[in-house]
Amino acid sequence: MKKRVLVLLLAFAMVFAFSACGEKKADTDDKDEVLKIGFIYIGSINDKGYTETQHNGTVALQEHFADEVECLWEENIEESTQAVQDSATRLIDNGCTVIVGTSYGFGTPLFEMANSGDYDDVTFLHFSGSDINDTNFGNYFGAMEEPRFLSGVIAGLQTTSNKLGYVAAFDNMEVNIGINAFTLGARSVNPDAQVIVTYTKSWYDPSGEKSAAEALLAQGCDVITQHADTSGPQLAAADAKKFAIGYNLDNSGLEGLEDAYLTAPVWHHDAYLISVVETIKDGTWKPESYYGTMADGYISLAPLTKNVTDEAKAKVEALEKEIKDGTLKIFVGPIKDNQGNVMVEEGETLDRAGIWEVNGVLVEGATATNSGK
Amino acid sequence: MIDFLTAAVVATMPLLFATLGEILTEKSGSLNLGVEGMMLMGAVFGFSTVYNTGNPFLALCAAFLAGAVGAFIFALITVTFQGNQVVTGLTLTIFGAGFSRFVGDHMIGSSVPRAAQDFFGKVKIPLLGDIPFVGQIFFRQDVFVYLGYIMVAVLSVYIYKTRPGLNMKAVGENTAAADASGIPVNLYKYLHIVAGGGLCGLGGAYLGIVSVPMWQEDVVTGRGWIAVALVILAGWNPIKALVGSFVFGALSILGLWQGSMGIHISQDIVNMFPYLATILIVIISTHKNRKEDRPPGNLSDPYFREER
Repeated sequence: MKKRVLVLLLAFAMVFAFSACGEKKADTDDKDEVLKIGFIYIGSINDKGYTETQHNGTVALQEHFADEVECLWEENIEESTQAVQDSATRLIDNGCTVIVGTSYGFGTPLFEMANSGDYDDVTFLHFSGSDINDTNFGNYFGAMEEPRFLSGVIAGLQTTSNKLGYVAAFDNMEVNIGINAFTLGARSVNPDAQVIVTYTKSWYDPSGEKSAAEALLAQGCDVITQHADTSGPQLAAADAKKFAIGYNLDNSGLEGLEDAYLTAPVWHHDAYLISVVETIKDGTWKPESYYGTMADGYISLAPLTKNVTDEAKAKVEALEKEIKDGTLKIFVGPIKDNQGNVMVEEGETLDRAGIWEVNGVLVEGATATNSGK
Repeated sequence: MIDFLTAAVVATMPLLFATLGEILTEKSGSLNLGVEGMMLMGAVFGFSTVYNTGNPFLALCAAFLAGAVGAFIFALITVTFQGNQVVTGLTLTIFGAGFSRFVGDHMIGSSVPRAAQDFFGKVKIPLLGDIPFVGQIFFRQDVFVYLGYIMVAVLSVYIYKTRPGLNMKAVGENTAAADASGIPVNLYKYLHIVAGGGLCGLGGAYLGIVSVPMWQEDVVTGRGWIAVALVILAGWNPIKALVGSFVFGALSILGLWQGSMGIHISQDIVNMFPYLATILIVIISTHKNRKEDRPPGNLSDPYFREER
């Protein structure tokens, strides 16, 4: 009961605090120096996954520029034209001159707004899409295949059953690039390694993702990784006393995962946001398709935990160096798909465009349990 | 195969509790479509209690109470104020979803304490657990699952073998006649709606505490609606509800598990199975038109004593 009263009091205090903030904001508006940036999120900012990762970048951006920028955000926005455009309009009405859409489905609605002529003074940035125009719409993404490859190397070295489980969301290009890079990494150090993929057909399904991982564990997999948004697969691996590789952000601190967690391919959105906001502030920004790499610090492998063997640690460190200085490329021929067809010719090295062209299929060594692949 | 069916029992439980809850509600003459909402309320309160106190027993009580409170709101609106049941139920679903997000917001990513997780660990029942196949699947589960079996037995006896159960059925079949014979109609409706909501809350708690012992938003993901359909499939019978929930639970994870059994079907096709099964069974049961498969006579009709 006492707690409830306290909660109520705190709630009131919060409301007053917010109204106080509102007044302050009105003051700073007059100066017109603060760059207001509006972020549109698909989930909630403490989801221990996708949106929290995005928001960590926002927080770091705010800290970096302190008083010079003000970040606003809206959470749980659906990927529908109406919801996205409404959200962007609200943010713009609140003074935002930069709009950042952080989910794939936000791209088209924002692109429409950018090209409508009504928002020529607003800069739009879109994560994970490919739309771009000449004036005010740019996109950004990362070469996730690099840390995925490294996480595959670790999995390949840690496994004893030579079976690696991969809980994937959708059978699409982005996900399959990750699966293929992971498989190539694992098989580069352990040619016997097999990657078994289960698609959950959902980005967010707490019990489904966990159940998918349990099924993979039952098939003998002893390292589970994922391209899906919840920590369900990691919990399943921990329950079975096997290893887990996460995604999006470093979950190594979560209770119960102490002896299971290895690492995770992670995003550092602040690395891009800080540099792009710098150029927007000094007026030199031009629309671009940014593709961040490990060398840029935009993506990385989360610090390896105590569960990673010394051998794997040393190997990954050496390979990371090679990736950063450009001597190690991920998609280098010859690569065959799991039907035996040639995906990448011998002597060929794929660039970004090439990577996003051939990865509709899975590479040799990876099989999907519930799709035609 | 055994691994798959064992996992299917786990997928069965949320559906089973919710279906049993809705059977109680509908048997007493009310159609509460707020199952999804009550499950979410139960899930968040169950999780919050076990997270804060570490006591699994309290968590089950809290989950039951949370679902019951949601159902009480429904009862108040539909029984006392004679509100439309369908609209009220839908509203309860939306309310429950928002409510669980609000209450659970600060707990996202938090785990159920170790001790409580162990409490809900798999326990083998002596003798029964040694039966090959059946025992391995059904009697090496967690205590929550056994609670589910017990509920099926209790409700079967209650509905078909006891005087209050008979009275409840009378209220659902023909409210006016029940009223005339001296049964306190509104009291019966209230009690069964509230108890039914409590069971839905337990179903949600199974998802939030046992299936995924870490709080994440929207853990129920549409199971409440499947439960509403399952009630019809089960012909308002608790034992058939257990069978139906098990079939649906198994189908819901079949896509993810088929690899372990060497089957390869597209996930999109597997996802259609439960709904195809629903349509099929509804057609069959409508065609047979047996008395026990028909809905209670006065289901979802508001009862005005003055209008008799």
